[in-house]
Amino acid sequence: MWTFSSPFIAYGDNALEYLGQIAGAKAFIVTDENIIKLGLVKKVTDQLEEKGMSWQVFDQVEPEPSLDTIKKGGVAVNEYQPNWVIGIGGGSCMDAAKAIILALARPDLEPDAFISSDTYDFRSKAKLMAIPTTSGTGSEATWAYILTDTKYQRKLGLGTTECMPDVAILDPEMVMGMPPVITADTGMDVLCQGIEGYTSIWGTAMTDGPGLVAVRRVFETLEKAYQQGDDLEARKEMMYAATLAGMSFGNAMAGLGHSTGHALGAIFHVPHGRAVGLFLPYTMEYLVNGSKEILAKFAEISRFCNISNGSDERCCSDLIEKIRSLAKSIGQPLTAKDCGIDADEYKAAIPDLVDRATNEVMTFTVSRIPESEDLEKIFMYAYDGKKIDF
Amino acid sequence: MEKYGTQGWCDLYMEALNNSKAWSQAAKTWEGDFIFITEKSGPLKEPLYEYLDLWHGVCRGCEMITDPSKYSPEFIISAPYAIWKRIISNQLDSTQALITKQSKLIAGSRGTMGKIMRYTKAANELTKCTASIPTEWLD
Repeated sequence: MWTFSSPFIAYGDNALEYLGQIAGAKAFIVTDENIIKLGLVKKVTDQLEEKGMSWQVFDQVEPEPSLDTIKKGGVAVNEYQPNWVIGIGGGSCMDAAKAIILALARPDLEPDAFISSDTYDFRSKAKLMAIPTTSGTGSEATWAYILTDTKYQRKLGLGTTECMPDVAILDPEMVMGMPPVITADTGMDVLCQGIEGYTSIWGTAMTDGPGLVAVRRVFETLEKAYQQGDDLEARKEMMYAATLAGMSFGNAMAGLGHSTGHALGAIFHVPHGRAVGLFLPYTMEYLVNGSKEILAKFAEISRFCNISNGSDERCCSDLIEKIRSLAKSIGQPLTAKDCGIDADEYKAAIPDLVDRATNEVMTFTVSRIPESEDLEKIFMYAYDGKKIDF
Repeated sequence: MEKYGTQGWCDLYMEALNNSKAWSQAAKTWEGDFIFITEKSGPLKEPLYEYLDLWHGVCRGCEMITDPSKYSPEFIISAPYAIWKRIISNQLDSTQALITKQSKLIAGSRGTMGKIMRYTKAANELTKCTASIPTEWLD
């Protein structure tokens, strides 16, 4: 048995007006100070006020929120007792909203004590909504969330299928102001999620479609969204791509680009999308070297995206080359060295990088599961930009 | 070949774990014990309880128990007979089983999901070892 989860999605121009249709008296908004400064929370609260709903803001979410932040949010949400919990922001804010709403049901539990196989029934108290302000993580369409365990400096992938938002609102107005560097970082995340969702060994017909379409949208529009941030159509397409990629990898699981990228991000604080995008071509090369099946899947992506149309080998190598050229065109690093990481520090961190990547579920949902030795080599090759030849 | 749910099967599992370099390496800092419950279902008229004690890459004990209150383990994992059979036969990924709620992880007084997540590789190897046990199924 497998399951496919997805939120109800309101999308397109003026999608925020959907807020006028929701039932309830109180909304608890989970966000960060920057989103408030940008006026994006006000766009939502204006709609809530027009409907006569009260609201309260919890704005303490930091990038990759810590267990401590979630505990604070859990106390605040229980004091307020809302009908809706609304995450407004990038992946961190939406993820924090998922973790905080669980505390409504079980305020007695620590944030990392919620178990994927359990049911907590928070919907008897409140529903969950996600309103993204970046086009990247796809968190609005996934049930999982990432928190940081500051004690072990480790990212924790947590959640239950219950944490899928009831509603996701994709209003391009919310992403129009994204600066180019965030557009690029988050766009690479979409690309990685789409490709890895499509090629995961847990992938099915349900997850293939959203993954493929997301990848094609990225190739068609990311560069434009990066160069012309005011291009509404490009912004809209990237926003839809992010949600589609979320539906794909959120149900099928991501892969090695994510597990290696998570490790790099946790130790060297490289932004999530930049880190996973950096490792994507290296891990694709690694997978191809061990599996004809995955080669064929990558070739399918290449053909669907009109990148290449020859043999599987040719299509696959053209796809990998296209990823690198796209990354280069939007100012993304192609190597770990490009991230400004010192060679000695990186080398010293290799055992830790390997250990972290080894203990990610996403390392086990790929067609070629690497042992520690191979992971070590992948990290080394990615520092200098060497093509994976093993 | 040992019958599933017997002490003989547990002995083979313990042996498989202690012979697995991959598991031992991945679990070298793990400290914690489990009870695996096979729920009353299929050929089972009563549930089965298997206690597993793991410490620093060594399996210190694997025991079929009749009274689940005999131990207070850090984690309890429960699933129907048919699901365990699929997991042990490598037909169903143990993480996938948890996500789809075909099996249930119940944290005891000390266990957290965060702790399990830090040992994904060890959990994977733990399951792999079960697949190597010649098992006589009950149905």
